Amino acid sequence: MRVLAFIIVCLTGALLLYGTGEFPDWGDPQSPASVHLSNVYIEKALEQTQVPNLVTAVLADYRGFDTMFETAVVFCAGLACFLLLRDFREKKERYYRHTPTGVILHVKDSKKIIKVGKEFAHMDKNWVPSDLIIKSVCRILIPFIQIYALYVVAHGDFSPGGGFQGGVIFGSSLILLAISYDLKTLVRRIKEKVLGIWAAVGVLIYVGIAAICMPMGGNFLDYSVLAPLVWDPHHVRALGMLGVEIGVGIAVTAVMAIIYINIVSEGRHEEGL
Amino acid sequence: MTDLLPLIVAKYNYWLYVILMMIGLYAMIAKNNLIKKLVGMNIFQTAIILFYVSIGYKKDATIPIIQSAHGGGHGAHEAAIHAADYINPLPHVLMLTAIVVSVATFGVAMALAVRVYQRYQTLEEDELRMRLSEK
Amino acid sequence: MDNYPALIVVAPLLAALFAGIAAWIEERLSYPIAVIGLAISTFSAIMTLMTVIASGTIHYRMAGWAPPMGIEYRIDLLNAMVLLLVSGIAFLNLIASYKSVEQETSDRAGSFYTIYLLFVTGLLGVTATGDLFNLYVLIEITSLTSYAMVALGDKDRGPLASLNYVFIGVIGASFYLLGVGYLYLITGSLNMMDVAGILPALKGSSTVLVAFILCMIGVWIKMALFPMHVWLPNAYSYSPVAFARMVAPLMTKVMVYVMIRLMVTVFGFEYIFETLNIADAVVWLATLAILAGGVMALAQKNLKKMLTYIIVCEIGYMVGGAWMGNQLGMTGAILHILNDAIMTFALFLAVGNMVYKLKKVDLTDLKGLFGKMPWTMTGFVLAAFSIIGVPPTCGFFSKWYLILGALEKGAYHFAAALIISSLICAVLFFKVFEICFFEPMSEGHGHGESHSQVAIEEAPISMLIITGFVSLSLIVVGLYSGTIVNTIILPFLK
Repeated sequence: MRVLAFIIVCLTGALLLYGTGEFPDWGDPQSPASVHLSNVYIEKALEQTQVPNLVTAVLADYRGFDTMFETAVVFCAGLACFLLLRDFREKKERYYRHTPTGVILHVKDSKKIIKVGKEFAHMDKNWVPSDLIIKSVCRILIPFIQIYALYVVAHGDFSPGGGFQGGVIFGSSLILLAISYDLKTLVRRIKEKVLGIWAAVGVLIYVGIAAICMPMGGNFLDYSVLAPLVWDPHHVRALGMLGVEIGVGIAVTAVMAIIYINIVSEGRHEEGL
Repeated sequence: MTDLLPLIVAKYNYWLYVILMMIGLYAMIAKNNLIKKLVGMNIFQTAIILFYVSIGYKKDATIPIIQSAHGGGHGAHEAAIHAADYINPLPHVLMLTAIVVSVATFGVAMALAVRVYQRYQTLEEDELRMRLSEK
Repeated sequence: MDNYPALIVVAPLLAALFAGIAAWIEERLSYPIAVIGLAISTFSAIMTLMTVIASGTIHYRMAGWAPPMGIEYRIDLLNAMVLLLVSGIAFLNLIASYKSVEQETSDRAGSFYTIYLLFVTGLLGVTATGDLFNLYVLIEITSLTSYAMVALGDKDRGPLASLNYVFIGVIGASFYLLGVGYLYLITGSLNMMDVAGILPALKGSSTVLVAFILCMIGVWIKMALFPMHVWLPNAYSYSPVAFARMVAPLMTKVMVYVMIRLMVTVFGFEYIFETLNIADAVVWLATLAILAGGVMALAQKNLKKMLTYIIVCEIGYMVGGAWMGNQLGMTGAILHILNDAIMTFALFLAVGNMVYKLKKVDLTDLKGLFGKMPWTMTGFVLAAFSIIGVPPTCGFFSKWYLILGALEKGAYHFAAALIISSLICAVLFFKVFEICFFEPMSEGHGHGESHSQVAIEEAPISMLIITGFVSLSLIVVGLYSGTIVNTIILPFLK
């Protein structure tokens, strides 16, 4: 297998290198890729869309149709992880901790459920005493991370950022919560159903904004016909982009959390990392 | 040799991307462990991202955010925008998509690996093949 | 309304999202939502086809931007035909699937329909788009959904088969993406027509050559051309029946469409057949695919697996026809996309009905099936005749064009392979008929309750009606082949 793999790799590599022979030099401002379309985008985008961040302008407007399906890909991945892993059966074994004494109980019969409250607490199998410092720092940090995520989404038109980046940052704050406390804390705060619905709603915001353009008399995704609906018709394209970016952000956040929760807990949603 | 060297220097990140990509491809074909294969897959996809981003680069140009418009989007200050000052935004847009796709694929592949592990208690390919032929 | 081209793709996507929400709130709503979405899509596809036939190619600008800047849907006769094919088959299959989804994935039916619709969205988008990169994104949607589906069907072996499918699928898609990157680097554009306009000036460039090879390898991996077919049999036979029935006829055919689109529209015949000298090699590869597919099908003991190898064989027909380099061969290949999709669909519908009743379809389980499921078997026989290429059915006509094309070019090996594969298919299917017709019912084999006399145990009526309808359409499409060739394929090739 290794020899075969090596031969395949050498052949493919040679083919690719042969193709690079006639490439323009790296960074050449006169290369075809840098003059044909790119110049049009750079010179016209600000005027046409009122968005100075050209990447956002191209992403959410000129090639917004791509981005819509990209969001659908994200949604698809979340749904696939849920379908593959989610296991609604109860777990057989449970661990509890007697809070006053610190004694750990291992219950093998799934029917015996100890009431969790003041005296007993749920516990994971691979439990390590969580550090007060870690918990406190994360508790302080998480709100700031989330505000930063919102800023990245909202300011995507003017500075590097946008729905995907903001969504990932927001999602990672949720994952940080699950890591610093435990998975149950996260699952208790955000129900699975909520995540599932928001993932779809996020994409729906995008597709919805795009689809509304059709009865308004434009082509699919043509934000300019939405001018009568918004308060600032001059910036209608920028506002349309902001709208779809918010949808993207919601979908990405929800899907990040769905993927994380399902993979670390092997679909049981009971204990994880 | 004297001809080849400037050729490589002028295009060195295209050469780098090919090498990276081949490392990934080799891992995907030759490695025995499924997780190592997944890591190979990720390297493979990242190499393509390097390739695309290299296309977008222009010497003496900056990131594609129009600077004159900062501070207030109104009126779009009519200071002329020179295409030579900004790098090509399109490859970045395409790669944003490709990154998202590769993350999504990786997530699904991880979920599949978890399922395989739940079923067979191993992720080594030769052991898996043995288990399958036993039945 | 001018928005039909967008609606074809957007309606199933919207339906998928609503079905995904409904799955959490009221699962029973998912199915009607899915039906409505696909009905709108099919209706739009019909309207689009009629418009294209009446007034020529449609250009639909997404977001209103002119083509090289924005993404454009460019729908000509070939697209319009494949779009109608895809949405129609997906719609019919959805109606036939209600019971079998209930049987196989009852607790997650809502999510199943969501994935199903996303898959259809991907296929339709791949077919409709006029943009090289958009094509890649949509290919990835179809791939991701099919990875999930393969793992869902067979709980035991599905995940591993699916993981192997992921590895191969990612290599295929990445090669295509890389090919697009090379094209973009040398032309600076992603729109198919724009690229096609720039390429002739770059005829001798090694970059274009590598781009072409990379795109072709990527597409071949995705369509499972012979040496790259290893993922297909496992992936298709392990996925849930309701999904297999759609993925088997459509996925490979849409990829063949992508290959033809790249060859005809982007790179152009002149470049492929005059500048490059690889057409003969590819035709040989196709010949090999046909023979290998046939031989491997002979070795199978499971009906579903056997049919998947026949798909491998059929891909050889279409690739060979498209690379013949003459009008007859291309006509045959395009006609075969249509015919093969309907044939395979009919076959898998019949097999789906059998699986619904029998649970597993090893050849030995099929004993006495003619008595038990007469209508299903009639559909199966019709579809089998079509695959073999018996005259009034549609399979005959496309094979006829393919053979004529091969003879015109002097590729006698390809023509011989076509005839040999027909013989192999005949042997295969008569073996199945023999088991189903002459051998007595197995008594108490596997199942608890044994039947002393042959009782008719047909599949539910919704499944039977669709099976009957599709099987009859085999003959109808066969009889109207001349019309299809004259109104759609020949004007397209002009």
